[in-house]
Amino acid sequence: MTARIGVVTFPGSLDDRDTRRAIRLAGAEPVALWHKDKDLHQVDAVVLPGGFSYGDYLRAGAISRFSPVMETVIEQAKAGLPVLGICNGFQILTEAHLLPGGMLGNDHLHFICRDQKLRVENADTAWTSDYTAGQEIHIPLKNMDGRYVADRYTLDKLEAEGRVVFRYLDFNPNGSLSDIAGITNEAGNVVGLMPHPEHAVEPLIGSGRTDGLPFFTSILKKLVNV
Amino acid sequence: MSRTPLDTVEHAAATPDVELPWAELGLKKDEYERIVEILGRRPTGAELAMYSVMWSEHCSYKSSKVHLRQFGEKAPESDAMLVGIGENAGVVDVGQGYAVTFKVESHNHPSYVEPYQGAATGVGGIVRDIIAMGARPVAVVDPLRFGAADHPDTKRVLPGVVAGIGGYGNCLGLPNIGGEVVFDSCYQGNPLVNAGAIGVMRHEDIHLAKASGAGNKVILYGARTGGDGIGGASILASETFDTASDSASGTGKPSKRPAVQVGDPFQEKLLIECTLEAFKEKLVVGIQDLGAAGLSCATSELASNGSGGMRVTLDDVPLRDSTLSPEEILMSESQERMCAVVEPEKVDRFLEICEKWDVIATVIGEVTDGDRLEIHWHGGKIVDVDPRTVAHEGPVYERPYARPSWQDELQADDANKLPRPASSDELRDHVLKLVASPNQASKKWITSQYDHFVQGNTVLAQPEDSGMIRIDEETGLGVAIATDGNGRYAKLDPYAGAQLALAEAYRNVATTGAKPLAVSDCLNFGSPEDPAVMWQFAEAVRGLADACQQLGTPVTGGNVSLYNQTGEAAIHPTPVVAVLGVIDDVTRRTPVAFQEEGQLLYLLGDTREEFGGSAWSQVIHDHLGGLPPQVDLERERMLAEILISASRDGMIDSAHDLSDGGLIQAVVESALLGGKGARLVVPEGLDAFTFLFSESAGRAVVAVPRSEEVRFNDMCGARGLPVTRVGVVDGDAVQVQGEFQLSLEELRSAHEGTIPALLT
Repeated sequence: MTARIGVVTFPGSLDDRDTRRAIRLAGAEPVALWHKDKDLHQVDAVVLPGGFSYGDYLRAGAISRFSPVMETVIEQAKAGLPVLGICNGFQILTEAHLLPGGMLGNDHLHFICRDQKLRVENADTAWTSDYTAGQEIHIPLKNMDGRYVADRYTLDKLEAEGRVVFRYLDFNPNGSLSDIAGITNEAGNVVGLMPHPEHAVEPLIGSGRTDGLPFFTSILKKLVNV
Repeated sequence: MSRTPLDTVEHAAATPDVELPWAELGLKKDEYERIVEILGRRPTGAELAMYSVMWSEHCSYKSSKVHLRQFGEKAPESDAMLVGIGENAGVVDVGQGYAVTFKVESHNHPSYVEPYQGAATGVGGIVRDIIAMGARPVAVVDPLRFGAADHPDTKRVLPGVVAGIGGYGNCLGLPNIGGEVVFDSCYQGNPLVNAGAIGVMRHEDIHLAKASGAGNKVILYGARTGGDGIGGASILASETFDTASDSASGTGKPSKRPAVQVGDPFQEKLLIECTLEAFKEKLVVGIQDLGAAGLSCATSELASNGSGGMRVTLDDVPLRDSTLSPEEILMSESQERMCAVVEPEKVDRFLEICEKWDVIATVIGEVTDGDRLEIHWHGGKIVDVDPRTVAHEGPVYERPYARPSWQDELQADDANKLPRPASSDELRDHVLKLVASPNQASKKWITSQYDHFVQGNTVLAQPEDSGMIRIDEETGLGVAIATDGNGRYAKLDPYAGAQLALAEAYRNVATTGAKPLAVSDCLNFGSPEDPAVMWQFAEAVRGLADACQQLGTPVTGGNVSLYNQTGEAAIHPTPVVAVLGVIDDVTRRTPVAFQEEGQLLYLLGDTREEFGGSAWSQVIHDHLGGLPPQVDLERERMLAEILISASRDGMIDSAHDLSDGGLIQAVVESALLGGKGARLVVPEGLDAFTFLFSESAGRAVVAVPRSEEVRFNDMCGARGLPVTRVGVVDGDAVQVQGEFQLSLEELRSAHEGTIPALLT
């Protein structure tokens, strides 16, 4: 038996197929979910993939957050369903208030695409248990609106509770506060990050590294052991 | 609304003396007379609008057609060719049941007027051409040329163009894997923004632009039609509209509108997914995208290519602006629209798929069993033409051409006589200046604004010699693409310059381990009304056609962009050539970066004293004169075969083609990308200067693991390719023995600092 992991396609999602591939390569079963369908089709976890849902018009993630599928995702995430938001998915999670804070345009005002060095700060979440805390990894990053911001209180709380999951190392690519690349909710089942682990799952392709694969093996182990 | 009577076909027949603004629409007197002769009466305003855009230089190729025929006449026999010139894009067989479609187009003029939207809609247009063939787009490339790097206007144009390409392509989810960025003051008022795209499909999924089967429905889907880009890509330059400020149906005068279209990449992304889903369910008989000349082009081309006629009700076209006249609707170049021909019983399912993707779709007409294209508006027939006369039987010009009087003088101004570096210090200084010069400097500031990871199949992306995409996960089958063009070479000798552009792109594809298969080109030139420019064009086409024949790589399609000229000053003749290649297993690909210290560096090919049009002559002496490097296509073919074999059999770990900047430029790039230096030894029979800076064609430098040295040398020897050991991968500097050394740190700061310093 393996785990069924859903990947939502919003209009304008771009990395949905890549994310399904990464799930398959990790040994789990990818399930395509559609934004207009509230039914999660008995998946064990959900990934909100990267892209420009609704063209990022209005504000990245602001429209998708109101999709029918998100009603169920929000409800079940609060009940413990593991949810991972990658890039645009992270933006949707903050817009949906499943994660605190929000994303602004990159401080240099350009789209940026690079192989980004990160430090894993928290290896206890549903999506990071196959890493070790303090591990340094390279994951591709590509976004226009990646600057993580939150008020002082929220930032202090995130730090105090160990909820900063990834931090940019050597170079902050977008002006994110406290070099934050990814965070989790209090329960550790919902994780959002700007870099794209699904583009680092095969040697040779993309960044040519497999540093992103543990995201998908982490969740698989967690789900299959339950 | 119009107070004049609707200019129907009947009305036109009854009012032969009404003067139509044919000249304002860009038609010549004899062209207008020919339309009258074809129709046997004066055209209606709507008919005139259609003919004027379809007979424009951009759509009809009237100046270039007589020369372009050579691409067909001299086309080499190729088993790979599935669809050739004339369709939206050419299609080649890459094996395992896969077909690949690719094309390069220009969006030069709009990108100067409005850099962001001009460049963005250039990407949008080429991508719709790819979808229209039935393929899923898998990558884009962007060959770009700007004015002098330090000119203030370049700081306006370049960042806008780059942001537009990124803004549109990134939002579509297409990895940007290649292209070029060239600066030269000849492009000051005429930047060249060329855009290329590749799509992949199964053989059985190939679709064509034709309307067949009486009773089949014509469906317009995608964005609503607005007043943007009316006549934008045709020769109706904006001044045409200055005198006709109001829109009056029946006069044929379009109102004044911005000629540059505005892109909506989100809409295009939906259009891609929705179209591919309709293809998958076999719902589409024929398909055409709406680009230049909008509905005029789509309806007349679909009907012209098909077996029957077509009847369209223009009132059914969804509009953004309800006050548009029928002429404007026919000429609008609103983006993100497609036109499909669908059998009646499949229409409901087609519309359902569009609804799923929130794409507006409307039946606007049907295929008839006649041979006329009829368009109706408000109950009257406003167009009744033979579609072939609109789409395919436009005027053809034999423009006069003559070798310019200055050509001899230019060629006599020999670059080989320029003062050369007199000491090792000066040589070192020239190297540093070269790698830091805007054309040779790292373009990372630009390419990092493009997504090259999306879709998860990118094997190689710029600054590699060619971009490479995996198309089958199981077998590792992949395709590679490189685009090249050197306007300086082409200015010195357009025939050789076009061949050198092909040779370089061909070499770049082979350097990464892929086998070159086919060619697409974007021919950027000045005004065809200048005999000197027309000579450059004729020579370049002849050179390219001859070279394609010799290399066995047919031209599958492309684009001609003329009138890249401000006043008397034309751009350098700039044929940009894209070569598509195939690789059986992408794990065998060869990168540019040095992989391991201790590997041996070999120079393949002959090095001669060739500096005409070279980067060195430009950077050090600001000079353009003499002759470009010699072309030897048989040598290019042999070199390619060796590079492909060596990559397949694991004999080389990195390779880089030698082109502008010569050997030293290539070695510095490989060293910086790999983070490993090199020790070079000047081979016997060459001086250090020629060794480092010559731009002789047909060369590459490869890194060979010591264990493969004998096998590699034997292979080159057996095939008769000159091979010279020139050094070793080593240390953290690039060192030329007995001359100088430059640390990677110093090289990196010179190479990577230039572009950000100029543009930020």
